[in-house]
Amino acid sequence: MTSLVLPGDLPDFAEIAASDGALRRFLHGLPGVDQVGVERRVDALASRSIKQQSKRWALDTAIRMTDLTTLEGADSPGRIRSLCAKAVRPDPSDPDIPAVAAVCVYPDRVAIAVEAVRGSSVKVASVATAFPSGRTSLDIKLADTRLAVEAGADEIDMVIDRGAFLAGDYAKVAAEIAAVRQVCHDAAPDAPAHLKVILETGELMTYDNVRRASWLALIAGADVIKTSTGKVSPAATPAVTLVMLQAVRDFADLTGQVRGVKAAGGIRTAKDAIRYLVLVHEIAGPRWLDPDYFRFGASSLLNDLLLQRAKQIHGVYWNPDRIPID
Amino acid sequence: MDSEKATRPSGHGPQPEATVPDMITPTWDYAPAPEARDVIDLGRDWRMFIGGDFVEAAAGDRFPSVNPATEEVLAEVPLATEVDVDRAVAAATSALPTWQATPGHERGKYLYRIARLLQERAREFAVLETLDNGKPIRETRDVDIPLAAAHFFYHAGWADKLDWAGMGPSPRPIGVAGQIIPWNFPLLMLSWKIAPALACGNTVVIKPAETTPLTALLFAEVCQQADLPAGVVNIVTGAGQTGSAIVDHPGVDKIAFTGSTAVGKGIQRAVAGSGKRVTLELGGKAANIIFDDAAIDQAVEGIVDGIFFNQGHVCCAGSRLLIQENVHDLVVDKLTTRLATLKVGDPLDKNTDLGAINSAVQLERIRSLTDTGETEGADRWELDCELPERGFWFRPTVFTNVAVNARIAREEIFGPVLSVMTFRTPQEAIAKANNTPYGLSAGIWTEKGSRILKVADQLRAGVVWANTFNRFDPTSPFGGYKESGFGREGGRHGLSAYLQPSQSAHPEQPERSAAPEAQA
Repeated sequence: MTSLVLPGDLPDFAEIAASDGALRRFLHGLPGVDQVGVERRVDALASRSIKQQSKRWALDTAIRMTDLTTLEGADSPGRIRSLCAKAVRPDPSDPDIPAVAAVCVYPDRVAIAVEAVRGSSVKVASVATAFPSGRTSLDIKLADTRLAVEAGADEIDMVIDRGAFLAGDYAKVAAEIAAVRQVCHDAAPDAPAHLKVILETGELMTYDNVRRASWLALIAGADVIKTSTGKVSPAATPAVTLVMLQAVRDFADLTGQVRGVKAAGGIRTAKDAIRYLVLVHEIAGPRWLDPDYFRFGASSLLNDLLLQRAKQIHGVYWNPDRIPID
Repeated sequence: MDSEKATRPSGHGPQPEATVPDMITPTWDYAPAPEARDVIDLGRDWRMFIGGDFVEAAAGDRFPSVNPATEEVLAEVPLATEVDVDRAVAAATSALPTWQATPGHERGKYLYRIARLLQERAREFAVLETLDNGKPIRETRDVDIPLAAAHFFYHAGWADKLDWAGMGPSPRPIGVAGQIIPWNFPLLMLSWKIAPALACGNTVVIKPAETTPLTALLFAEVCQQADLPAGVVNIVTGAGQTGSAIVDHPGVDKIAFTGSTAVGKGIQRAVAGSGKRVTLELGGKAANIIFDDAAIDQAVEGIVDGIFFNQGHVCCAGSRLLIQENVHDLVVDKLTTRLATLKVGDPLDKNTDLGAINSAVQLERIRSLTDTGETEGADRWELDCELPERGFWFRPTVFTNVAVNARIAREEIFGPVLSVMTFRTPQEAIAKANNTPYGLSAGIWTEKGSRILKVADQLRAGVVWANTFNRFDPTSPFGGYKESGFGREGGRHGLSAYLQPSQSAHPEQPERSAAPEAQA
């Protein structure tokens, strides 16, 4: 029997999340995901041909959905500032280019980023909870989160405990998500930080696991479910993104609550980004074609989006050196 | 053609600002992305192909082929009469001894050459097929043409290995094959017929359907390019009378027909007592069975592939959907949500999912059958989409609450129309699936492997797909039970339709007695 019920037949998620057994029964009652079928659907949608004004719209939308990311040990304050400047105004020669959605940095760089984007629409996102592995105690994960939120982060990108998930300890994973969410609220009661939950699908291995982890995170209170840290290969793939988009769509059908998806890692070209937007459009629906509900976590993607955008407007490719590097 | 060009990008000029949709409301209509049709010269002189020459009909008559998406006349082609069929059979007969004596590996070379030429000219064939048939370019480009080439590649490999075809050593060809093919997959069905026939050493007279003759005539050019000996492939164009002339011709040794059950029965009556061999691939009313433990989202995709692929003009279409009762509402809800994303319209647009109905006649047949759906008490859902003003179009349609005895549950509609019924137990699903005069294909959707095997064993259908639908491969035999016909195409089984055991090896044996699978 499938537990994926029709809109209107809303299960009590609070009750499900409170009980280890109920959570397991719910997640294992979800319909399976057929690998061949998912990949075939992805291939079919990849053949959509996006031209002219629909391409132009897609490129601008992809820029507005980008979380411009730098997550290197070598991130200096200067590098963070230059990234932020680019996020606010991707190319100063063309004021029509929209700002990106957010910059994404490590917790100890949040304060610098907050200062650098002040006055703009760009949000500051911070990874937390012992990113990227998540292998530390809950106390330290919560402290990590608090550090970022108190420094002014608008959004927190946490990682789930993949070890616990794969061992079947769903309640532990759910409790951690709920605890981090609580910190997001408590540390900034006036404007709680938005919580993105990274599933690290490259370590979950099966689409069934991706679907279960998606629902687990949504039930536990994730505002956005995110594919990957970018530190594990494979990172985002169209197929796992498709499965996650199905989860948020089904969740919205059931509850009326619209949650988001973030595809992060490995998306480098405008062509790839447009293929993801086609998935968002045709799997989740037009409602999700919005930076509040879909994001790209990327660093080099923005440059190609700018290059392709210029090609659309001017009819010729720019020398890549016209695009400022970050 | 001019209006087509007007919608294409005008070059490298700047895009007008006003055409960019506003950024607040999430709407994203894909701009038109039409495939260029100037790869094909429609104004050429379309002629039949007999004895290696492009010829007119002896009587000089012609008939038009129409683009079903626009009703524009694409070309006029010769109307073959008995005289022309007689010439074609004579050409095939005189080519037979040399072709039959050509070593298998040499025959294989011709087939490889044809396969490669089809790949090289894939875009031409895809555009022409879309224009003539009305099916979307996405399907001709990604399915029809690649599969047609694959059939030639596959059978090219068989040509020098016929000793292992299951007929004993040195099997012989049957002779001159008369082949009559339908309009739903014109070039692909031509390949299914010609490739095995040639690999086995037969020569052919083939007639494409009257509404879709153009890719067959373009294929004649490929035969010439491949230096295929004159008379090995002969292509005549015409309608039912031309087909009858092939069936009735005494020089034809074997008839291969794909098409409607009514015509198939007529052919079988016509050849009775003539000594001609026959294979028939006819209609279907396939059951697509969704169990409650299926991967529901992928099953929904399978339902769409099953009945809306090629506008439902598929003999093995999954036109009867059997859903386990406890997931019926969920599946139907997800299905209609999914169908809302289907793009219906210009078949040449690369984003089109559903093209035009092939002809006015077929459209009328679909309309009259679907009209009975409501009068017999079923609930009708159809896609709310705009249809082009000209051409033959039909909205994707789903009937729920269909009674098992309703006409839409019994008769082949051959259009984008799905009839949904329910079942409670596997036994009931099998009984309902088998309760049809047809037996061409079936689908099973469950995550439980043991159930797939058990149910598939009990389904009376020539092809059973598990967790997929409407997938074709030259290595896999295709054909039906009951009123869906007999004989198999593709795979080793398909060769037996074009081979007979060597007389010297098995003088008195009936045709299939030497085949190992006959004992199985």
